[in-house]
Amino acid sequence: MSAIAVSTTINGDEVEFLCQAEETLLDVLRERLGLTGAKEGCGTGDCGACSVMVDGRLVCACLVLGAEAEGRSIETIEGMANGDELHPLQTKFLEHAALQCGVCTPGFLVAAKALLDANPDPTEEEIRFWLAGNLCRCTGYDKIVRAVQDAAQELRGS
Amino acid sequence: MSFDAKYKAQDYNSVGTRPVRPDGVDKVTGRARYGADFNMPGQLVGRVLRSPHAHARIVSIDTSGAERLKGVKAVVTAADLPDLTNGDQTLFDILDNCMARSKAFYDGHAVAAVAAVDAKTAREALKRIEVEYEVLPHVIDVDEAVKPSAPVLRDDVFTGGVEPKPQTPSNIANRSEFGHGDVDEGFAEADVIVERSFRTEQTHQGYIEPHACVASMNPDGTADMWVCTQGHFVYRQNCADLLGLDVSKLRVTSSEIGGGFGGKTHVWMEPVALALSRKAGRPVKIVMSRNEVFRASGPTSATSIDVKIGAKKDGTITAAQATLRYSCGPYEDIWGEFGAKTSFACYGLKNVKSVGYEVLVNRPKAAAYRAPSAPMAAFAVESTIDELAQKIGLDSIEFRIKNAAKEGTRSSYGPVYGPIGIGPTLEAAQNHPHMKAPLGKNQGRGMACGFWFNFGGQTCTDLNIGSDGTATLAVGTVDVGGARASLSLVAAEELGIPYENVRAVVADTASLGYNDMTDGSRGTFSSSMATISAARNAVKVLRERAALTWDIPVEDVIWEDGCAKATDKKHGNLPPLTIADIAETAGKTGGPIAGHSELVADGAGVSFATHICDVEVDPETGATKILRYTVIQDAGKAVHPDYVEGQYQGGAAQGIGWALNEEYIYGEDGRLQNPGFLDYRIPVCSDLPMIDTQILEIPNPNHPYGVRGVGETSIVPPLAAIANAVSNAAGVRMTHIPMSPPRILAALEGESEG
Repeated sequence: MSAIAVSTTINGDEVEFLCQAEETLLDVLRERLGLTGAKEGCGTGDCGACSVMVDGRLVCACLVLGAEAEGRSIETIEGMANGDELHPLQTKFLEHAALQCGVCTPGFLVAAKALLDANPDPTEEEIRFWLAGNLCRCTGYDKIVRAVQDAAQELRGS
Repeated sequence: MSFDAKYKAQDYNSVGTRPVRPDGVDKVTGRARYGADFNMPGQLVGRVLRSPHAHARIVSIDTSGAERLKGVKAVVTAADLPDLTNGDQTLFDILDNCMARSKAFYDGHAVAAVAAVDAKTAREALKRIEVEYEVLPHVIDVDEAVKPSAPVLRDDVFTGGVEPKPQTPSNIANRSEFGHGDVDEGFAEADVIVERSFRTEQTHQGYIEPHACVASMNPDGTADMWVCTQGHFVYRQNCADLLGLDVSKLRVTSSEIGGGFGGKTHVWMEPVALALSRKAGRPVKIVMSRNEVFRASGPTSATSIDVKIGAKKDGTITAAQATLRYSCGPYEDIWGEFGAKTSFACYGLKNVKSVGYEVLVNRPKAAAYRAPSAPMAAFAVESTIDELAQKIGLDSIEFRIKNAAKEGTRSSYGPVYGPIGIGPTLEAAQNHPHMKAPLGKNQGRGMACGFWFNFGGQTCTDLNIGSDGTATLAVGTVDVGGARASLSLVAAEELGIPYENVRAVVADTASLGYNDMTDGSRGTFSSSMATISAARNAVKVLRERAALTWDIPVEDVIWEDGCAKATDKKHGNLPPLTIADIAETAGKTGGPIAGHSELVADGAGVSFATHICDVEVDPETGATKILRYTVIQDAGKAVHPDYVEGQYQGGAAQGIGWALNEEYIYGEDGRLQNPGFLDYRIPVCSDLPMIDTQILEIPNPNHPYGVRGVGETSIVPPLAAIANAVSNAAGVRMTHIPMSPPRILAALEGESEG
């Protein structure tokens, strides 16, 4: 079987790659493009550790085929900081100690950014339900929710 | 080198503050490298073939079809992992679990493995391996397994710990007993006795990162491994023993670890990856799928526990007794023993007896899970204590305070306690506003206590002073939840330099002496002790260099605020030498400046916690909502309070999942029916409230700063606290964990019928 040629945009850069039809976007990001920030926790869309944005929509990269990236714009954790300037969510996760092992953190950050882009002033309940697709086994979510609340406040400039 | 580890009260500059962790930026930018994030040139993809049967004799394995497939570079079976264990049963069991030999003991037991050029070829190769099984009767349930009629897993296991030695093999691998006094006498003195039986189902640690490793073995016997583990030195030892390697020729590097909770203290497929690499002559990477993680790694024991406690009307417990049966999977372990030891550890008891049984069943080999065995025992004991308090008519906290262990109490498992935190945590709970908050309809409050031993163990640490006076700290205990931040604070404290001037790294097995693994809540306790010791050794060198520079006796040089200062009046005009001053000229005063420490961290102070929980039970659906949760625990000294709170919150959340929802569900065929996060549902963000924490600091006398381990105790009280809350809300005593909606509805219906 011949490989599929795909042209896409990742974190603002034009990228071309070859992949097999069965390869997921997560496989391509991690194994072909060296973008290992998205993690495979389950491979079935249950844990959210591979959260990325595809054309502005939050998805699990393990449930998207690599070939489906053709012509789309993909954002991953590697593109969240602006050069050496961390995104406020990244800063607040650090300040609030919202990570322990940190393996779920990229997925949480991508998902939380999608929330705050759509809803700059979410309630605690809205944060909790939005992030319900991202599993964390270390923190009990307390410090994650507080970090998102604090980042939201900072982004609102209040 | 002798090191005085005795606690000494002091004021701190760094310890107790909450700086950003040193590995933080890597982790929020996606740069941190976990087990599956590493690759080697020429690497192959490894995959493991697993038994679909709960119990089967392996009649034959034909690998020729797989070997003929283009792109397959190696196929291994048990024949490629010959028995080098030399009569060491524990090691043999590890080997047998890594790759089944004569029998497959559970659904998911490895029987063969392949290494191929890509994942697709490896998957196809597994399909071409033909295994002929003779399916045998199986037993999953811990109570069924102890019956004489049960299928016996192993014909080489005879119940240990009993006299005379049994003549027939049994699924009861061992019996252990703890306690003192005479429980029969104690029960005779009791005015009220409560006797109950409890069950808990098997749960998984549920780390988000599946097991992953890259193994590379060379023809000259040298080898390298990159792996996510809680203890790379232990993995090195196990792998070297099983593969017949010289220990020092296998270098193991621990990756960032995406959660372990005990599940990454055991080798699983790592020896198999080495065997594949040896045969293929190329590096091999194996990453478990989530399905494999559930079926073939972890989980904790399923249990069946009987408890009997008697007390006088004034609230004095006169006797306490427990019989605890813990499933181990197919191999003997110490889970029942840990359950028996921890069950009554919170209380000062005149007459106490606990008996633990290790029960073999056709489930995966049980692994440590955060304070292993203690949560189930606490569930049974603390539920019974609550019921007893109610029967006597005493407040549940009051009753516990009356019977709590204190300094000087002989524990139920033997040792006499030093200063401990059970009383203080109970008193803090009693005074906590949570206890006085109003409750609504269908709501209930529960509380419970928990205990964990904590562990110290072998520890080795290097502290190197850079030419600019900054410091590198190399530790050998894996950082599972922020230890590098805590240890940097400790090094900064001792050297008198800013936290930012210390960089802590986890060194590989070739770069540092042996370290025990990060288990038993020992990471910060033991490595902070070794860091203090290493830093004090470095300070000694720094003082010597200053003395040499000044040409004065070293006795006249003290170390203060990150500087060498001359003390005697005759040196009054000597300005202090900073650490940077001394480091800069090190090449002229004797060479590099470093401090090292090799020690056995004895005296890990025992740990206690009290939890309070409010729930609401929906009487129509049986669903339980956690409304409020408070954790109160003794930390000895909280080095980095954020990460201490994080341990408290994380343990509570895991306990909540265990109490309400998580369980391994097996079919009649002995196959696991829910090996995925959709059907094995761990708590998600919307399931939980904020988790309040209160850190108590009762110094551990055996640590210079008074530090105790904090990682595990937080999972011990939740099962019981929530069961007590649900029982109070629903008006019916819950005795089976998890308290899933069907179980709660059944209990409610049973109550209304009765």
